Amino acid sequence: MSRLSVPRPRLAEPNAGSKWQAEALRDEFPILQRPIRGKGLVYLDNAATTQKPRAVIEALRRFYEELNANVHRGIHYLSEQATQAFEQTRSAVQRFIGARSTREIIFTRGTTESINLVAWSFSRRFLQPGDEILITHMEHHSNIVPWQMVCEERGVVLRTVPLTSEGELNWSAFERLLSSKTKVVSVAHVSNVLGTVNPVREIVRAAHAVGAKVLVDGAQAVPHLPVDVQELDCDFYAFSAHKMYGPTGVGVLYGKEELLEAMPPYQGGGDMIASVSFERTTYNTLPYKFEAGTPNIADIVAFRAAIDFLNRLDMMEVYTQEEKLTKYALTALHEVPGVVIYGRPAHRCGAIAFNLDGIHPHDLGTVLDQEGIAIRTGHHCAQPLMDWLGVAATARASFGVYNTVEDVDRLVAGLYRAREFFHL
Amino acid sequence: MSDLRDLYQEMILDHQRHPRNFCVLPDATRQQEGYNLLCGDRITLYLKLRDNRIENISFQGSGCAISTASASVMTESVKGKTIEEALALFEAFHELVTGQVSPGAGRGPRPSLGKLAVFSGVREFPVRVKCATLAWHTLRAALEGRQETVSTE
Ligand SMILES: Cc1ncc(COP(=O)(O)O)c(C=O)c1O
Repeated sequence: MSRLSVPRPRLAEPNAGSKWQAEALRDEFPILQRPIRGKGLVYLDNAATTQKPRAVIEALRRFYEELNANVHRGIHYLSEQATQAFEQTRSAVQRFIGARSTREIIFTRGTTESINLVAWSFSRRFLQPGDEILITHMEHHSNIVPWQMVCEERGVVLRTVPLTSEGELNWSAFERLLSSKTKVVSVAHVSNVLGTVNPVREIVRAAHAVGAKVLVDGAQAVPHLPVDVQELDCDFYAFSAHKMYGPTGVGVLYGKEELLEAMPPYQGGGDMIASVSFERTTYNTLPYKFEAGTPNIADIVAFRAAIDFLNRLDMMEVYTQEEKLTKYALTALHEVPGVVIYGRPAHRCGAIAFNLDGIHPHDLGTVLDQEGIAIRTGHHCAQPLMDWLGVAATARASFGVYNTVEDVDRLVAGLYRAREFFHL
Repeated sequence: MSDLRDLYQEMILDHQRHPRNFCVLPDATRQQEGYNLLCGDRITLYLKLRDNRIENISFQGSGCAISTASASVMTESVKGKTIEEALALFEAFHELVTGQVSPGAGRGPRPSLGKLAVFSGVREFPVRVKCATLAWHTLRAALEGRQETVSTE
């Protein structure tokens, strides 16, 4: 590759004085040591799923080798131990997001299931035909489709808050759409495409003023910033373990206890009952009422290691370091000829969506992949947002705690390479 | 980068930049939409069929280099062919880009691929097979007279 002069953006501030260095963390992630297509892996698809530290992988192995048994059922030693480990994760999650009680922490399969649980259970108890649900134009499909399904079945109306040209929530439109008819506001804490951080506290305050409950889709927030559900005062908060360095197949639904108490079970089966007879079944107490069947025990136990990992790093520090890296990346990307970055939110984290003029994101993804650089291309499960942006697809780079300035430099070099390859 | 050049041969880049038969056919007898859910590529095919033959064909839409070039070369390759010949060509093309004989493929001799051979590199990029075949799936639906939008998920 001749004339490949990559202008080096001004170097980010050295992380002197910070608690840890991204570079050093990489050693804890076995997959980052693996060459991809003969090159060192630059993993920039963290919004899809993060890689797992050795501690999580070890915890998973240890569970199956030393603790495996079903939970809440056996009186034997292993079942007791497994149950204890399982419930320890629940306590760790409770502390991690500042919930009042472990009764407010429900394990699910992921953010998607957490949202579906609320959509169906809450609506069965609380929604009447003509009521309204408010979402935003930047939601992931998993915070759109469950509500559409509920609306169709229950005669409820779905309304959408538009965005500003910066890619932020249009606040005056939000206030206009909010009314006494609004029963649920369901909103992403952080957009998985634009990286926009929504003003959840203000949204909750405004929603509560008209008597609406608020569900926050925190899938892209919990890995990147400190979250305190009591401070946010939201009614529900949903997130996925696999996007925060934990195993796949585990999600969390936080819900205020009095609401969860009032809601009917989502699924029926074992564990969620107190007693069953053919005449009458009574339900178990929280949180078990919402956890029908054998849960994903091993992954939930291993999830605790991911929370310990993040606690060790300190979420405020994670936020600060990623903020620096994002700023560096935005500057570096802007300098590449033909790069278009989508959204300019004042408060952002996690993801940067962009396109390179003249190259379809799918082709760009293939070229970068040949360089060992993993990004996401496509509609990112947010087609309404793509329509709003007026594009069919974008490329997206999303960061994690192990990403470094060198990763960004390699991405930028890859973009120059792509331009050259496609004769731009 | 050598693998990449196998995928994006110059002819493919040329067809992407200057797609052939890229227009609406005012006298089309059939029109068919195709959609690649994964990457959002969309294509509309226009066909003028007469006496079991593709007398004219064109397309519109937006997509990646592979899907645009594939649609462009396809229109050139099937123009003037009978429906059966076009479908047989799809079988051969499918084999080329996947390396697999599609189930239900006839045992007869394969038609010559001609220019379509430039897509042989797709075989090494399984995630791009759908890009290369979108136009063809759309063509097959049009020829079979199916009304619904085709999607390659
Ligand atoms: C904002 C947002 N919400 C919800 C989800 C769905 O998460 P999961 O697939 O883990 O259920 C995602 C993940 O892609 C997301 O980014």
